[in-house]
Amino acid sequence: MSDYTKMWSELGLDLESHDALLSVLGGAYTDIFLSQKNRPEGMKYFDFVMSEVHGLRIQELMDAKAQGRKVIGSYCVFVPEELILAVDGVSVGLCAGAEFNFEGAETLLPRNTCSLIKSAFGFKLGRVCPYLEASDVVVGENTCDGKKKSYELLAPLVKDLYVMDMPQMKSAAGKALLKEEYRRFVAKLEEVSGKKITVKSLKKAVEVVNAKRKAVKRLAELRAADPAPISGLDALLVNQVFFYDDPVRFTDSVHKLCDELEERVKQGTGVFAKGTTRLIVSGCPMAVPNWKLPMLIESSDAVIVGEESCVGERGTRWLTESQGNTVEEIIDSITERYFNIDCAIFTPNPSREEYVKEMTEKLKAQGVIHYSLQFCQPYIMESSPVEKELEKSGMPVLRLETDYSQEDAGQLKTRIEAFVERLKKK
Amino acid sequence: MKYAGIDIGSRTIKLVVLADGELVFSRKSMTSHSPLETAQELMNGAEFDVITATGYGRHLLKGHLGCPVISEITAFALGSRFFSRNCSSILDIGGQDTKAIALDDDGLMKKFEMNDKCAAGTGRFLEVMATALGFTLEEFWRAALSAGKAVKINSMCTVFAESEVISLTSQGALREEVALGIHKAIVSRSVGLLKKVAPPGMVFFAGGVALNECVKVLLEKEMARPVFVPPDPQIVGAIGAALSAMKEA
Repeated sequence: MSDYTKMWSELGLDLESHDALLSVLGGAYTDIFLSQKNRPEGMKYFDFVMSEVHGLRIQELMDAKAQGRKVIGSYCVFVPEELILAVDGVSVGLCAGAEFNFEGAETLLPRNTCSLIKSAFGFKLGRVCPYLEASDVVVGENTCDGKKKSYELLAPLVKDLYVMDMPQMKSAAGKALLKEEYRRFVAKLEEVSGKKITVKSLKKAVEVVNAKRKAVKRLAELRAADPAPISGLDALLVNQVFFYDDPVRFTDSVHKLCDELEERVKQGTGVFAKGTTRLIVSGCPMAVPNWKLPMLIESSDAVIVGEESCVGERGTRWLTESQGNTVEEIIDSITERYFNIDCAIFTPNPSREEYVKEMTEKLKAQGVIHYSLQFCQPYIMESSPVEKELEKSGMPVLRLETDYSQEDAGQLKTRIEAFVERLKKK
Repeated sequence: MKYAGIDIGSRTIKLVVLADGELVFSRKSMTSHSPLETAQELMNGAEFDVITATGYGRHLLKGHLGCPVISEITAFALGSRFFSRNCSSILDIGGQDTKAIALDDDGLMKKFEMNDKCAAGTGRFLEVMATALGFTLEEFWRAALSAGKAVKINSMCTVFAESEVISLTSQGALREEVALGIHKAIVSRSVGLLKKVAPPGMVFFAGGVALNECVKVLLEKEMARPVFVPPDPQIVGAIGAALSAMKEA
């Protein structure tokens, strides 16, 4: 690995803490990912990306910035990557997946804030997220109350925090609000980049992002095979890298991986034995390096075959169907696309449970683990109706609520093992 | 064939051996700082052909003996059928966790709930409260049963409840009434868990806390249904593990 010390110190990172973080991350990656058996060769690309996640990729961002391109960081799948690419910007997901510097975060945030928000603040206050430090604009979005109010506290800490409002109901007024917000975002992007969005640049951006989505959709479909050609951990990793990597290179790499997986499916080979208990994980997003739950599940005689999550199908299953010939019309198509997302901040949100059911059928899952981050009201509240509805249709559900700490790993393991034992007896 | 089951719990370790469907051996010990050593001491001199482990220390023993393991939830479901075939749900209050399990008609685990990470309302909670009141465990539930009314305990956190109890007694509250208040608090919490999953019908009450008669009486009242306590409620998980060993053999 090259020496990135100079770059990191120019970005203002706390080098000592950052080194400590990278060493923990590297160790966890080795234990959790590299120790898996029968991994596809195609995962080597993603191993490389992860080994350079704070190195080469950041170097690429810095090079882009030197060419006058803007880096736009965000925390949510409601921020349209198409618009960012249309002004030749670089879109990156920001760090919010590790229990880092929670003591620092708690000097600003209430203790009963979810781990994802605390993590974002921990990274900022600890100065260890190069993506955040490299961002010219950080986009906050008014999804849940926790995020909405925390952006008020984040604003003075970052260079340029831009807050996007979000509808809460799938009504005509809700859609109009979303469209208006996307137009306002276009104006912001044009202002910071000094570039105008054109029909051509927007069409090209839609194409790039759709291609990326199609690639992960192809990966999602291949997981219907028994034996599963790829572990849930590796598939989650691909979905996590979705937010960081260069979109075109990412798309190619996912297709290469899928070619290999197709071959595996043909030959009937996979990562776990045929007949291994198949599970869907549904609920809150899992940002890098939040691998706790999938690791516990896949070391309990089960395989994850799908994620109904923002880092997973909820973030990727719709394409932008762009039929317009003006910027205005394409923004309409983009709004249509994003307005489908069935995030639990919407009320009511019936398509989510329907889609979980559909996933269990398509992917031949035997059970669903509903994952909520502690203090995430929208998903915790929704977990009970989702569970009832699925159980009613004969699909067993295990509801888990946890955070980024490791202290409940033993308890979670007991629950997961018991759930898998219950499914095996069926 | 002799089938053994070992339940390595947070407070106690239980070992049983079944032969011809009968319980032929049973032994218990407090879990020490080294659960593996304690488990080995327990197994010393016990005769069996195969063994299955359960309880929070199950993977520890698996790593050592290479024996099969099952979760304590499945173990309790299996073990309960050894004592009674008429129960539709199980409440297990152990040293550091509480489980409510719903059974289907075949006695298989259908659904379960567990308490959150901390030991609120578990056996350990009762131990700390008994000590704070200067009672042994048996004196504690007898005192609670003898009380005419209960002093309400507001906190279920072991640490906060202990200071609440000390403050109540220093204000002159009767020990017996405080004891009853503590029992009511733990039962109301367990009933909350049980009601989430339990179908109608008799409740099978297991775990060390099932030895507490006051909890049993209050549980029957709160659930308004019969509660069955097996002859030795602490070994249900170990018996379940032994039955699993038998099934697999």
